Amino acid sequence: MTTKAPYTAPRKPSTMLAVLTVVMAIIVVWYAGAIHLNSPQIIDRYEKKELDWSFTQLAVDSWNMKRAVLPSPHQVLVELKKTIIDKKVTSKRSLVYHASVTLSSTLLGFVLGAGLGIAFAVGIVYVQTLDKSLMPWIITSQTIPILALAPMIIVVFGALGITGVLPKSLISMYLCFFPVTVGMVKGLRSPQPMLVDLLNTYSASKWQVFWRLRLPSAVPFLFASLKVAIALSLVGAIVAELPTGGQAGLGSRLLSGSYYGQTNLIWAALIVAAVVSASLVSLVGVVERKVCLRLAGGQEVSHEH
Amino acid sequence: MNSATADNPIDHVVEVNEVCLDFHTKDGVVSALSDIDLNIKAGEFVSFIGPSGCGKTTLMRVLADLEKPTSGSVLVNGTSPEEARKNRAYGYVFQAPALLPWRTVQDNVLLPLEIMGYDKHRQQKLAHEYLQLVNLSGFENKYPWQLSGGMQQRVSIARALSVEPQLLFMDEPFGALDEITRDHLNDQLLRLWQQTQKTVVFVTHSIPEAVFLSSRIVVMSPRPGRIIDIIDSDLPVDRTLDIRESPEFLAIAHRVRAGLAAGHSYDD
Repeated sequence: MTTKAPYTAPRKPSTMLAVLTVVMAIIVVWYAGAIHLNSPQIIDRYEKKELDWSFTQLAVDSWNMKRAVLPSPHQVLVELKKTIIDKKVTSKRSLVYHASVTLSSTLLGFVLGAGLGIAFAVGIVYVQTLDKSLMPWIITSQTIPILALAPMIIVVFGALGITGVLPKSLISMYLCFFPVTVGMVKGLRSPQPMLVDLLNTYSASKWQVFWRLRLPSAVPFLFASLKVAIALSLVGAIVAELPTGGQAGLGSRLLSGSYYGQTNLIWAALIVAAVVSASLVSLVGVVERKVCLRLAGGQEVSHEH
Repeated sequence: MNSATADNPIDHVVEVNEVCLDFHTKDGVVSALSDIDLNIKAGEFVSFIGPSGCGKTTLMRVLADLEKPTSGSVLVNGTSPEEARKNRAYGYVFQAPALLPWRTVQDNVLLPLEIMGYDKHRQQKLAHEYLQLVNLSGFENKYPWQLSGGMQQRVSIARALSVEPQLLFMDEPFGALDEITRDHLNDQLLRLWQQTQKTVVFVTHSIPEAVFLSSRIVVMSPRPGRIIDIIDSDLPVDRTLDIRESPEFLAIAHRVRAGLAAGHSYDD
């Protein structure tokens, strides 16, 4: 949405309306899916008890089934209320507590991954040997399934006596340095040759070219990859929590939900994870808009590059 | 100047001897410059003119050490172009303004001054002075996108002048501008050259522009890029744009045009 349109554009349907329509559609499909997936068990039960049943009866029962294959939206909402609002945030059953555990390793992993990604990119752009040698390994690293790697990292670090946030955030880091490296290499190489020539005529040092030209030029590329990276970082944190066997974090809630057949809990944890992920991505988006607006000269001057 | 003879090599700001430059492309070797000999004295305004692909920009890039010749020797201020570049001996104005979009007009002019480590006070003073010279006082805090093309190019000229180089390379600086703006900037550039006594090397493909501005015109032709003719111009120093109607002006323009035609550049 542009806020400074030079003329009043014909009114488009508001974003809110569009979002609500999609949400409604999802809910309808969800309820229909709940009937489809849960009804065989319900019908089984009816037949065992030799009850007469109508479709309405079947729908109501499949939407309120305990340990449903697919719990219906209102069951998940109840579970969310129970685990977010009714529980104290310090409780082991509170999803806020588990989300905060996951969030802390997500953020640490993101910071480490972004730092590593930028460092690799600078190395690749400035050192020719690294350009040739590092990139193939970086690409290879991303072909190893994280699900295979995560337990090994956790176990190895556990054996060394290192547990908790650090090993988990290393897995996040492993996932999220990659888009940052790729985006940043492209960004650092994005300045027009004429601008590079210009700085050469000033006999500028490599670092002067980096700070005054390459880094500011790379910022839009950096933010595009940071958005991908932070979402991946959350995925990494959740995957890392799976092999820890249900200590804490959204990943462990997903795991214990599936151990005990508590599908409500799985879905509630999934929704919390999605909300956290979307918030993180849009937070990066907000920072991006601020920084890019300033770089585009749309705001007051005060910049240190 | 204490030169005994008119052609004392000590006076030469630029000396080019038998320079050749080949570009190796997928389709084979392209000879961009062939056998170029040229001397430029201090205080001269020398234009390179010729059709696209005649190597005029390449020749200037060689002088500025943005391109290395395949053979031959080049001296700028008596040193290699690389050393001259490292000594920050020249200012360079590109075809496009080449301004950094995230910097204001003022900060764009400050860029070379920052890089060359001028003290803050001097930076401000020089930026102010040269923005005034190109009539851009009051635009210091604007961003490039808020300026017209002509104003942007004037910022880039102020930026090149701000480090006060004695040698100025200008690569078709007004090529992308409309004729009215171009005339105006030609006039300003001529005054500036007269006032500052700088040596200017200017690339253009406009005959009137070359004749109006230059004290010497180097006519070039493509495939391979070579010098066809070097024309001395003796138009009065205090000329104005009106001189373009005068017989002297037209005579020089005619000779330039003849030189360009002799290069067969339009036949193939």
